[in-house]
Amino acid sequence: MSMPYYVAPEQVMKDRADYAQKGIARGRALVGLVTAEGILLCAENSSRTLRKISEIYDRIAFAGVGKYNEFDQLRTAGVRMADVKGYQYSREDVDARALANAYAQHLGQIFTHEMKPLEVEILVAEVGLEPGGDQLFHLLYDGTVVDEDRYSVLGGDADAVTERLEATYEEGLDRPSALGRAVAALAGPDRTLGPAELEVAVLDRHGDRRAFRRLQGEELAGLLAG
Amino acid sequence: MTLPVFDPGRDPGPDFSELLRRTGWRPDPGGGSGATPPPPTAHGTTIVALRYAEGVVMAGDRRATEGPAIAHRSIEKVFPADRHSGVAIAGAAGMAVEMVRLFQTNLEHYEKVEGVPLSLEGKANSLGQMVRANLSMAMQGLAVVPLFAGYDLRRRQGRIFKYDLTGGRYEEDDFHATGSGGRDARTTIKLGYRHGLAEEAAIELAIEGLYQAADEDSATGGPDVVRGIYPTVATIGAAGFARVPEASVAERFGALVERMTEEGQPR
Repeated sequence: MSMPYYVAPEQVMKDRADYAQKGIARGRALVGLVTAEGILLCAENSSRTLRKISEIYDRIAFAGVGKYNEFDQLRTAGVRMADVKGYQYSREDVDARALANAYAQHLGQIFTHEMKPLEVEILVAEVGLEPGGDQLFHLLYDGTVVDEDRYSVLGGDADAVTERLEATYEEGLDRPSALGRAVAALAGPDRTLGPAELEVAVLDRHGDRRAFRRLQGEELAGLLAG
Repeated sequence: MTLPVFDPGRDPGPDFSELLRRTGWRPDPGGGSGATPPPPTAHGTTIVALRYAEGVVMAGDRRATEGPAIAHRSIEKVFPADRHSGVAIAGAAGMAVEMVRLFQTNLEHYEKVEGVPLSLEGKANSLGQMVRANLSMAMQGLAVVPLFAGYDLRRRQGRIFKYDLTGGRYEEDDFHATGSGGRDARTTIKLGYRHGLAEEAAIELAIEGLYQAADEDSATGGPDVVRGIYPTVATIGAAGFARVPEASVAERFGALVERMTEEGQPR
C-alpha cells in the first residue's frame, strides 16, 4: 500500500493561493467607485455578451473578474439569494452585507475543502440614499472580505491600477469625471480605451426602484468624450 | 441564509418558482379535500383592460368584499408586472395578491439570471401556469382570475390576455373586463370602443366602464368622493408602465358625473 506524501498545511494553502492568484492575474482589471450620483462600475471587457458587471437587486450590483464560469455561477447564486429573501420577507430586507457574508462563507469553504480554489475576485456594491451610505465589499478567492468606502480595484495588475486611481480620485466626483479617471487608471499611461473595450454600469442614487443601469453605445461615448 | 448553489443537474435555471421548490421555502398550496366551503374571504371585483393606438390602458375599482360586506375600500388590483407589462386581479384577494408578488418576482428573476427579459408571450404563458397551479383552490371557491396586458416591444403594440380557472390563456384583440362587474364594464366599453383610440379617450372609456359596473354591481366600488378614493388607472406603452395620477382620475370622474347629471340618467 502506498502512503500519501506529507505536505505541510502552510504549503497546501500557499499553493492554492498561488494557483488562484495566477488565474486572476491573467484577466483584465475592473474598478468600482463611489461618486456623487451613485456607484460607478467600469471594466475592461471587449465582449458585448459575456458580462462582468450585473444587477443583483434593487440597489445592489455584482462585478467579477477571473474565470467567467466561476464568477457567473456566483452571480446567479447572488440573484437567487436576494430574490428569495425579498420574496420571503420584504424588498427592504435585502442588503449587500448579508450577501457579501454568504459569498465569503462559500469562497472560504471552497478554498479550504475543495481540490481547486475559485479563480475569482468579486465586488458587491450597494448604493445608499445618501452619499455616505454607499457600500463596496471586495471579496477575494479565499473568502477574505474587504470593506471599502471610496473605490475598489479587482483583477490583473490591480496594484498599478490602484496606484493610478489613488492619485486622481476625489470624493464627490460627478459621473463624467469619475468615469474619465477610472478609464485612465485602467488604461495606464501607454494606452487609451474606447467605448468598445469597456463595460460600464451605474447604480443611480435617486431614480427608479431598480437602480442598476448599463451605460453603453452613444451615451457611453458621449460621457467619455465629455 | 447560505448561498443557494446547485449541482448542474439540479440547477433550477431562471425559474423562480422552481428555485423556491428546490430550496424548500415554498409553503404548500394547501389542497384540502374540497368538501368544506371556505369561510368568507376578501374578494376583489371589477378590472378592465383596453387597447389604444400606442398601448394598453388597465383599470380596476378599489373595493374588496367578504360576502355581502365591504372588506376593504382601497385595495389595489392593478399592478406593474415589470417595466412593460401589468397584471390586474379579480377573485380571492389574498391568493391573488400573493400570485402577483410571485409573478413579479418571476419576471424580474428571469431577466436578471438570463440577462434579457422574457417575451410578452412568455410572460403571458408563465402567468397561465400559475393560475393552473391554483386550480384545486379555485374548485373550493378561492378562484383567482387575472388579466394580463403589456406592450409587445417586438410587435410594437399593446396586447391583452385573459385567463380561465384552468390556466387557459386567450388573447383579446381590443378589450376585456372581468370580475363581478365585468359584464357591465364590458358592455359599456364595447359601445364606446373604436379602433385606434387616442390614449386620453381610452382612459375615459375605462373610467366610464368602471362607473357603469359600480352602478349595476354592488360588489364594485364607484368613485368615493368623501374619502378621496378613486379607481386605479394605468397606461402601458413603449415608455413602459405608468400610473395615471389619482388627482387626474378624480378630475375625469368629476367631469363624467357632471356630464351624466346634465344628460339625466334612466332610473
